[in-house]
Amino acid sequence: MKLEDLAGQCGEWLRGSGPESDIVISSRIRLARNLAEFPFIRKCTDQDRAQIERVLHEHIQRVDEWKNLSYVDVATLEDVDRQFLVERQLISREHSEAEGARSVAIDPHEKFSLMVNEEDHLRIQVMQSGLDLQSAWAQIDHIDNLIEEQVTYAFHERWGYLTACPTNVGTGMRVSVMLHLPALVITRQIEKVFRSLHKIGLAVRGLYGEGSQAMGDFYQISNQITLGRSEQQLIAQISDVVPVLIDYERRAREFLVRESQKDLHDRVSRAYGILCTAQTISSEETMHLLSSVRMGINLGLIRDLEIPTLNKLFIHTQPAHLQKLRGVELDTANRNIERANYLQRHLRKRDAGTDPEKN
Amino acid sequence: MKCQYCEKPATFHITELTGDKPSELHFCEEHARIYLTQSSHEQQEPASSLAGVLAQHLKVGQTAEDLAQLDQRACPVCGVTFYEFRHAGRLGCPHDYVCFHDELMPLIVNIHGANEHVGKRPRHGAREAGDQTRLIQLRREMKEAVEQEDYEQASKLRDEIRRLEKQRGKQT
Repeated sequence: MKLEDLAGQCGEWLRGSGPESDIVISSRIRLARNLAEFPFIRKCTDQDRAQIERVLHEHIQRVDEWKNLSYVDVATLEDVDRQFLVERQLISREHSEAEGARSVAIDPHEKFSLMVNEEDHLRIQVMQSGLDLQSAWAQIDHIDNLIEEQVTYAFHERWGYLTACPTNVGTGMRVSVMLHLPALVITRQIEKVFRSLHKIGLAVRGLYGEGSQAMGDFYQISNQITLGRSEQQLIAQISDVVPVLIDYERRAREFLVRESQKDLHDRVSRAYGILCTAQTISSEETMHLLSSVRMGINLGLIRDLEIPTLNKLFIHTQPAHLQKLRGVELDTANRNIERANYLQRHLRKRDAGTDPEKN
Repeated sequence: MKCQYCEKPATFHITELTGDKPSELHFCEEHARIYLTQSSHEQQEPASSLAGVLAQHLKVGQTAEDLAQLDQRACPVCGVTFYEFRHAGRLGCPHDYVCFHDELMPLIVNIHGANEHVGKRPRHGAREAGDQTRLIQLRREMKEAVEQEDYEQASKLRDEIRRLEKQRGKQT
């Protein structure tokens, strides 16, 4: 597989389907695991890292149902390619920016990825479109078992799965759900929501773990505690709180429609207008405007666009994606022009009723 | 942009409207949490990271001497010192959880509000954990022997490592 082949697709998490997909973008679970016979990454020699990679790859390749996984050597990738994998959430930012032997194995449907030599020896990650943590858990549990049949994980009777950082010890599990919450941002309730989430021990992050509102009103809710609760309990905690957030967001949207339908419609239409006609546009502005348009589609204010198309624009207008799709490296100024062109091509052509991707 | 309290990037940009005029605040996730969970917004000196939490923990009930002594303690398997862990917030090997057990306990309870794993367990159990830890130690000792040009010792260690690796191969 070439990364270029991935660029044209959308991947699992932006597929735009699954339960509650008007507000819930994706459900994600990751497990942190270490091999018992090697020191944690911090104390690894170059030799140790190389050997961990070899051992894990050997075992992964032996699994029958994983014959079609792609292996990407992250250490030797160009910057733009590493950034590309981060934008698709196939590797973490830390994994991209680290040094030394490291890699990732990617499922062809991008439903899961296996990061080798991240903060821990192995980070397994599973993604599902929409709100579907139970499927994500079933899948990651299965993947974890397949690997564990062949290796000895660092495990302690009392502490559970041992991790390089004590904040992950126990289950080594992070459950996160990505939500699109534009109405809570507009009505200025989002901080109140954060505050109550923090009170019950949940973390809130932006789309790529940084930048909050500028990044299209996307928020990831995840557990912070990993010890003393079972995987099912951790999933239940997130599963219980997400419907409440969905309800808040829906009510905020209803409020906006009821109290200021004109303003809202104006905001959405202007956003759409700028995206269709801008000649140069930054990534931040694009995300911000696409967020309004996305809500506009969900509220029926925009009728000639569909969510999957819009989700595709979210990812394809990211810096590394633009460059991969164009096939050349571009500096910021040229990326902004290319981004505006890309948006025009994909938003305007829709009037003709054809999907330009298929031509 | 960096967090107002530490070196991490600011990911929370909060506009506080309660004062005379709006004020902009920029925090990393952790400090945002600390800020947002404070009932009144009195400024405290917050713990900046895991290392910070740990340092605060250790200050309580421990003299400088005790701390200095503790800092020098090293894991016999991977060689990481407590000082190194305190500063980086990352452990050196699985055995650290055993050899720094007493020091880690209050920290882990502070983070997780619990001190015992109740979730999934490996199906194969923690088989031959001793041998696995031994491998980490032997590899380190071999590297040190090579560095000191003690090749006789290094080759002995290499044979022992191979023996253990072979044994492991049979079991899996």
